[in-house]
Amino acid sequence: MTKRHLVSVAASALIVGSFATSAAAEDLTLCWAAWDPANALIELSKDFEAQSGHKMKFEFVPWTSFADRMLNELNSKGQLCDLMIGDSQWIGGGAENGHYVKLNDFFDANGITMDDFIPATVTGYAEWPKGTPNYYALPAFGDVVGWTYRKDWFENPEIQAAFKEKHGRDLGVPATLEELRDIAQFFQGREIDGKTVYGAAIYTERGSEGITMGATNALYNYGFLYENPEKPYDLAGFVNSPEAAKGLELYKEIYDTATPPGASNWYMSENIDAYKSGQVAMQMNFAFIWPGVEADANVGGGKSGYFPNPAGPAGQFAQLGGQGISVVAYSTKQDAALDYIKWFAQPEVQSKWWALGGYSALKAVVEDPGFAASQPYAQTFLDSMAIVKDFWAEPAYADLLLAMQNRLHNYVVAGDGTAQEALDGLVEDWTEVFEDEGKL
Amino acid sequence: MTHSLIERAAEGTPPGIAQKLRGLSDRSIAWIFVAPTIFLLLAVNIFPLIWTVYLSFTDYRVNRPNRDIEWVGLANYERILGDAGIWSTMQATAHFLLWTLVLQVLIGFTLAYLINKKFRGNDMWTTIIVLPMMLSPAVVGNFWTFLYQPQIGLFNYAVGFVTGKDPASFSMIGDVSLAPWAIIIADTWMWTPFVMLICLAGLRSIPDSIYEAAECDRASKWRQFWTITLPLVLPFLMLAILFRGIENFKMFDLVVQLTGGGPGNVTTLSSIDLKREAFEKWRTGYSSAYGVILFVTVFGLASIYVKALNKVKER
Repeated sequence: MTKRHLVSVAASALIVGSFATSAAAEDLTLCWAAWDPANALIELSKDFEAQSGHKMKFEFVPWTSFADRMLNELNSKGQLCDLMIGDSQWIGGGAENGHYVKLNDFFDANGITMDDFIPATVTGYAEWPKGTPNYYALPAFGDVVGWTYRKDWFENPEIQAAFKEKHGRDLGVPATLEELRDIAQFFQGREIDGKTVYGAAIYTERGSEGITMGATNALYNYGFLYENPEKPYDLAGFVNSPEAAKGLELYKEIYDTATPPGASNWYMSENIDAYKSGQVAMQMNFAFIWPGVEADANVGGGKSGYFPNPAGPAGQFAQLGGQGISVVAYSTKQDAALDYIKWFAQPEVQSKWWALGGYSALKAVVEDPGFAASQPYAQTFLDSMAIVKDFWAEPAYADLLLAMQNRLHNYVVAGDGTAQEALDGLVEDWTEVFEDEGKL
Repeated sequence: MTHSLIERAAEGTPPGIAQKLRGLSDRSIAWIFVAPTIFLLLAVNIFPLIWTVYLSFTDYRVNRPNRDIEWVGLANYERILGDAGIWSTMQATAHFLLWTLVLQVLIGFTLAYLINKKFRGNDMWTTIIVLPMMLSPAVVGNFWTFLYQPQIGLFNYAVGFVTGKDPASFSMIGDVSLAPWAIIIADTWMWTPFVMLICLAGLRSIPDSIYEAAECDRASKWRQFWTITLPLVLPFLMLAILFRGIENFKMFDLVVQLTGGGPGNVTTLSSIDLKREAFEKWRTGYSSAYGVILFVTVFGLASIYVKALNKVKER
């Protein structure tokens, strides 16, 4: 046995020993959304079971009903979940309503520091109040809205020539949202390989959070701000600035002129289906889908490319997705749940997490020299994570989100009123929510 | 000597209990039998109703367990009744309710009338027609989203085939003017068989002798329909309208699956809006007031309707 092997064995024994002594073997239930990364987590967690003796059970709920189901569980102080990989916007409610265990002491005791994680994920998934060192989650899955495109179509000489003839420039990855609109419009209704194809699949879903997660990628880049940076909860002129309205108009223009027929209630899965079936040249979607795209028989294996959300006049931003992992305060197995978090935070586990298709938020993984070249989408993930913005994470986030869903869908899909009216209405709705909350 | 089951049970009852039971009046024994049911009704119906009415006067939010509950009087009711958004969901509900009832009654009665005629394969057709109502509304909503797909949907294809229109040129669930009809069509497809079955029961309850007497009096088929069939089926028809009206007033699953309440808010029915307020925004006090208003509306309308139904029955 080599010296290196001996060290590995000793390290493994130490880890196993530390888990074995910290808590009796328990059946732990981890709650998350039902999607591809959840399957990767099941695979990853087998190592934890082997090392700790704890048994892992999983409760996965489809995204469209994930918030309903899990927030019901938390609000009713249910004991179904010991660990919760909750959406980033839940962190405020999780902290203020006592659903999540505060992890500061645990992190200090176990040498886990938030400096080791991508700053945007710490702010987005772990901190409450934002910008303060109060941690209620460990960044578990970094995610961000980005774009997938048909590289094979973009590189087709005939299509390239047609695009150049129409726009006077080369067909390539769009640098701005206006260029993206032009490209999407160019592909709309075009015949490729004997099939009619369309421009882009974008988020338009009404029921949960879809259209908000989509339209914000245009709004941010045209100047939309959630509040006055100098004065919290001061909304007028920031949410509904004329520049923000232009961003919303652009999103509607893309919806009206460059999406497939019937794309009025589309979110992640519908966009994936449209893209994989060869209906669209581009799709907006969270980065979690990229491993699946690469592996797909129709559009994978080099046929697809990836790019971050393009810039607008006010800069380049992208909607943050992703989640942190928290210990549920109502769990009777908190020690074992903390064991899981301790195990999950280890660099070697995080490396394996990335290799299995989970997006690690640990700097040691993403800043590794080989990371950018490790997958065709790795560099785009890094570039996208550097430009993220997130929705409100207030305890009243659901009220704020539903109001935005309503206003955006009414304007973008139903065509009711103008973009300016939609955003003015949003200011009214949000003001009412903050007044109810006693924050205004 | 043979003993009945009751006699054997009486013999098996300990003398003390038997003695006590013997001393009870019929009324007391009746109360003992209905007490568990009454207790259950109080626990799962009446108490939650009273509790909901109480909550409707507060600002309680179930997701803020640490916040004090304040008595807000009629503020929730005033806010709801002055909210233009809620009136638009009421309008959407009324539109859905009216057209589903009209279509289901017309088609359901017609189908029942046809099925009531003796013909070969009668039973098989009845079974085929009632199949949709045996499916789960969520399943129906899901597959109608496929039928309405502009590119691959059978519905669009059929409309395109009949009208010559490009199937991809219209979207039943994405168009503001078509979406309300999309949910009406799906609901009508699913629930017309229910109306048909009730009408069929009504039609089969009419004695043949009445028609035979009418034939002797040389009454035409048209006259028989208006003076015999329709008046005698009317109570059944009204009952079907009552059931479907109550069901569609609280319609939720099929529409959520089909349109999610969109585009915009054009198919956001009251029940969908109420669910968003109660279990997405978690405004428990406000949504309790909303629920009370809907309950009073349905209860009031149903009471008036039942009175009318009783009058029809008495005729």
